[in-house]
Formats: sequence, C-alpha cells, structure tokens
Amino acid sequence: MAVEVQAERATYVEMLRRMLAIRTFEQKAEELLNRGEILGSMHSSIGQEAVCVGGCMAVRPDDYMTGHHRSHGHPIAKGADLKRLMAELLGRVTGVCHGKGGSMHLADFSVGSLGEAAIVGSSLPIAAGAGLAIKLSGSGKVCLAFFGDGASNTGIFHEALNLASIWKLPVVFLCENNQYAITTSIKISSAVQQIAHRASAYAMPGQVVDGQDVLAVHAAVRAAADRARAGEGPTLVEAMTYRYGEHSTRLRLPLYRSAEEVEAWKQRDPIVLFRGWIVERGLATADELAHLEDAVKADVEAAVEFAHQSPYPDLDSLWDDMYADPSPWRERPIG
Amino acid sequence: MAEMTFIQALRAALSEEMRRDPQVFVMGEDVRAGTFAVTTGLVDEFGPERVRNTPISEAGFTGLAVGAAMIGYRPYVELTIASFCYVAMDMIVNQAAKNRFLFGGQAKVPAVFRFVEFSRSYAAAQHTDRPHSLFMAIPGLKIIAPTTPRDAKGLLKTAIRDDDPAVMFDDSTFWTRRGEVPEGDYTIPIGRASIAREGRDVTLVAIFTLYPALAAAEELEKEGVSVEVIDPLTLVPLDTETILASVAKTGRLVVSDMAHRTCSAASEVAALVAERGFRSLRAPIRRVCTPDVHIPYSPPLERQIYPDKDKLVAAVRDVLSA
Repeated sequence: MAVEVQAERATYVEMLRRMLAIRTFEQKAEELLNRGEILGSMHSSIGQEAVCVGGCMAVRPDDYMTGHHRSHGHPIAKGADLKRLMAELLGRVTGVCHGKGGSMHLADFSVGSLGEAAIVGSSLPIAAGAGLAIKLSGSGKVCLAFFGDGASNTGIFHEALNLASIWKLPVVFLCENNQYAITTSIKISSAVQQIAHRASAYAMPGQVVDGQDVLAVHAAVRAAADRARAGEGPTLVEAMTYRYGEHSTRLRLPLYRSAEEVEAWKQRDPIVLFRGWIVERGLATADELAHLEDAVKADVEAAVEFAHQSPYPDLDSLWDDMYADPSPWRERPIG
Repeated sequence: MAEMTFIQALRAALSEEMRRDPQVFVMGEDVRAGTFAVTTGLVDEFGPERVRNTPISEAGFTGLAVGAAMIGYRPYVELTIASFCYVAMDMIVNQAAKNRFLFGGQAKVPAVFRFVEFSRSYAAAQHTDRPHSLFMAIPGLKIIAPTTPRDAKGLLKTAIRDDDPAVMFDDSTFWTRRGEVPEGDYTIPIGRASIAREGRDVTLVAIFTLYPALAAAEELEKEGVSVEVIDPLTLVPLDTETILASVAKTGRLVVSDMAHRTCSAASEVAALVAERGFRSLRAPIRRVCTPDVHIPYSPPLERQIYPDKDKLVAAVRDVLSA
C-alpha cells in the first residue's frame, strides 16, 4: 500500500513538474523572442499545459506522439530534454533538430516525439502511419496525435480518421480545443460545436473532457490507449481548453475574445487547480512545491545557458540530412 | 535474362523486394486487383496486410506511408494517374521530402511514390499531366524515370532499398514494351544515365522520349548523321557528367521532354549545358517539349502535340545547320 501511494505521489508530482516546465519554458521563450534572440514564429502552450501533460503521461515513454504548430508543450510533456529544445529555438547546432527545425518542428525521437508540424492537420496521417507501422510490427505501442479544433476542419482530418478507423489503428486522436483558429471562433467555423461528435462519422468513440483538469485528460487518454493496444482501434478525445496568449507570440491582433472570457478561463488555471489538488490531498506540502517550482526555473535557466554556449550550425552542415548521402549535392557550389 | 513487359518488370521488382524485406508493403487504390496491372496477384503471395487497398484518400494514405516509413517501414505507394499528385502534394512536399532535414536526421522516409503519366490516353487535361519537373524543384526527393523493362526493374528495386523518398514516373505508353530483363537481384544505381545509343554529331537527351529519340537517330543515320541518345533514367540527382561529357564530344544538344516546355526537365538540362558546357557548343541548344497548353481530348489533336520522331529529326537538322 505504502509503495503504491509513493508511486502515485511521484507520478502526480511529475505531472505538475512537467506542467510547470512547459509554462516556465514558454515564459522564458517569450522573453527571448521579445529580446530578439528567437526569430520567426512561435506559439505558446500557456493555458493548455494539462492537455499536453495529461495526454503524454497517459502513454508510455516509448509510445509515439505527433504534434502541431503550438509545439513546445508536447515534447516537454513527453519527456524531451529542455536544453536541447531551447537550443533548437535559439537555432543552435545542439538543438533537437540541429537548428534545422526551430520552434514549429521540434522532434525528439528518443522520447517517441515524431515531430510537430506547421501545416495544420498534416500530422494526423503521419500519426495514423505510425499506427499502421505499429500494427504491422505487432509492437503493442500506440501513437498519440495532438491536433486543434482548427485542424478538424481540414480535409486531411477526415482522411486520417477514416483510414485509422477502417484499419483499427492504435492511435489516440487528442483534440486541444482552444476554440479559436487564430481569431476565428469555432462558433462560426465548425458545423458542430464539439469536435468529439465527429467521431461518430468514423465509428470510433468520441469523448469530451475538461482540458484544464490534468487527471481528467490523463484518465481519458489512458482508457483510449488501452483500447488501442487491445486492437480495438482509435478514439477521439476532445479536451476543452484555452490559450491565454495570442495565436502566436509575435502577433498583436485587435481584440477578438472578451476580457471576461479570458478571465473566466484563467480562473480555472490548470496548474493552480492541480497544485491545489495535490496539497489538499496531502501528497506534497506547499513548501515542497515551492522547491519544485524553483528547480524547474533552474532547469529552464540551465537550458538557456546551454543554448547560449552552443554554437550555431556552420555552413558545411547545410547539406547534412538533406539526403541519406548528400554528397552529390554538397559538391555543387552554393549560389 | 527473361523477356518481359515493362509492367511485368515492375511486378518482378516489387515481388522480389517484398520477399527479400518484410518491411516492404504496397498501398494504394485497388492494388489487390491492380487497376493498372502492376500489383495484380501480389496479395495472393503476401497477404492483405502487406498489399493494402485504400479508400480514395490520396493525401491520407500518402501521409500514412510517410508515418510508417519514419518508423522503419518501406512503403511502395501506387498513386496511379500523375494528375492526381496534386491532392497528395502536401504530404509529399511538406512531409516526405522535408522530414529528414527538418528533424535533424532523426527521421528517414524510405518510401516510393509511383505516378503514371498518361500521354496519348485520350483522357483530356485532368488525366494526362506529366508533372515530373515540378517534383525536380523539391529538394529532398529522388526522382526516377525508367523507360525500358530492364531499367524499370533495376531502378525500382534500388528505390525501394534507398533510405530517401523516391518518386517514380513512367509513361503508360511504355507498359507494353517488351525487353530483356536480368533475373534475380538486378539493380541500377540511382543517379546514373544510360547512353542508349552512341553517336558523334549531336547529343539528344531524351526525357520520357527514348523511343522517338531512337527512331529519330535511326532515320538520321541514313543521312550520315550520328546521334548520341542519352536517357537520364534519374532526374534527381541528374547525371550531369554523362550529359556534359557527351556534349563535349558532339558540340550540339537537343533535349526532349514530355513535360510542358516552361521549367521542364529539358530546361534544367539546357541550363546545365549552357552553364557548364558552353565552350563545347557549336550551335544553340534546342528544346523539344510539349507546348504550354493543356492536353486536349480530340485524339488526332492530342497526337500532334508531344515530342515525336519527326520533331526530333527536325530539331537535330536545325542544330546541325546552325
């Protein structure tokens, strides 16, 4: 009994640690972007941490995961090294993609993260393809596919879910429904208001969960993963959530969400809720959690330090990974 | 050696590779029946798991192939009519071609995507595209272009084993061509052109136009004109050295391509020779391509628009008289 409680306690604290890691990482990344150190496009997961962590921790470390342009939370939740993620954002050679992918294309295959994708919806068939490979190999793994409410309006969503269903592929489709595609509300962009309702068109279970409750997301994804592993095919889990910031960190758009709406969602902050739950249950003291928060901050600072000390990729590395053997191309002059 | 058709050669390559490597599987619309005959019968030997009929979801199953390839499988994807490529384009361009690079070498995408160019199929403009040169402008893909049964077998086997995504184009008019094909484990390296006929006076680089090129060379030989016919076989990476060496010898270049003229593969060959073989040239380069118009239905009209023997003979005479 005591051992079980200890193990559960450790899992809950780790969930909170990963949620804190996402938020702290995002805050630091925004600071670096505002300072001009990070260039390009970046999309913050602040407000959506419970979906990232609840989903990723409900599958095994060697299960696969695909993501999208709101891309930092998924690999952090899957257990990727913050140092190499931050180095990627800063364009360093030590980054997870050696500085070739940047924020929107983070991938860390060592933790099953098969890559974030910047074309909305495009990672859904990739996830189904991973599911097909799992099925052909009999490895017993699953693939967790994150997508947003916006992606559910693409044609590829339909193709991927239909294929996954007819072939009973071990995929959990996890919708982060933050209700806005940039500024466009789901109210005017989707014929149904719950994405989970679309599951019935693919003869798969569809379930709506509170995306600000990490344990609710975890339970739903765990059940869907168990079902997938048992050979019963894919499930669509829809987590209702909210992004606190702009669509992308650099954008400053005219108001399209009311202050009341934003505030109401912040009142149900996933980290505050889960921290309270942990303390209430006596799984950790406020002091212990303050230490945890400090440790996460130190990890993020160490990640920035690591990135800053890492070199940029040199021009010679340009052709690396263009092809298995890029030498016929490398010999050609640039320009 | 065995004599077989182009289609039989592709089927031989596929079944040999599926026997050799359990990671190879086939996917596409109606592949079990084999609408265009290449995959017919494979399901009997390899079963339905490895010969997968798909719904009409070109983007979807192309994406699935990429995902499966990223974790160790080697899918061969029948996309049939090349005019359908555009609906699968995002998966080929943004996923298959880019993922190795984007993810810093963590992913490889060893998939083969086959498209058929249906010239002279009298199917009008939505079934007759010859889009191989569009794909040449997408780094990360290898592009193979076999024209004979021997090359079809050898190149497809190599492409399946290759760790990069490959797009294979062939023209439906090649399918009934018969030829000697080495049996067993016969492969042709990607990136090496074939000198289909040696000659001294003019280099004729024939892109999907080998047969009219050989016919033109034969006719011109009767006039005492010696034409060297080069079949690139691979469009990316292009065997630039074989082309440049031939032009260095002949001093004249005609390049023919079934693609529309603008930004055709022929344009790339012409630019290559203008840039790196200019001093060898004794006459302006001539391209013989399909004009920049859509393919019309009317059969007698369609037949006139592609590069053919007569157009090639005329172009060779042109560069000789320049």
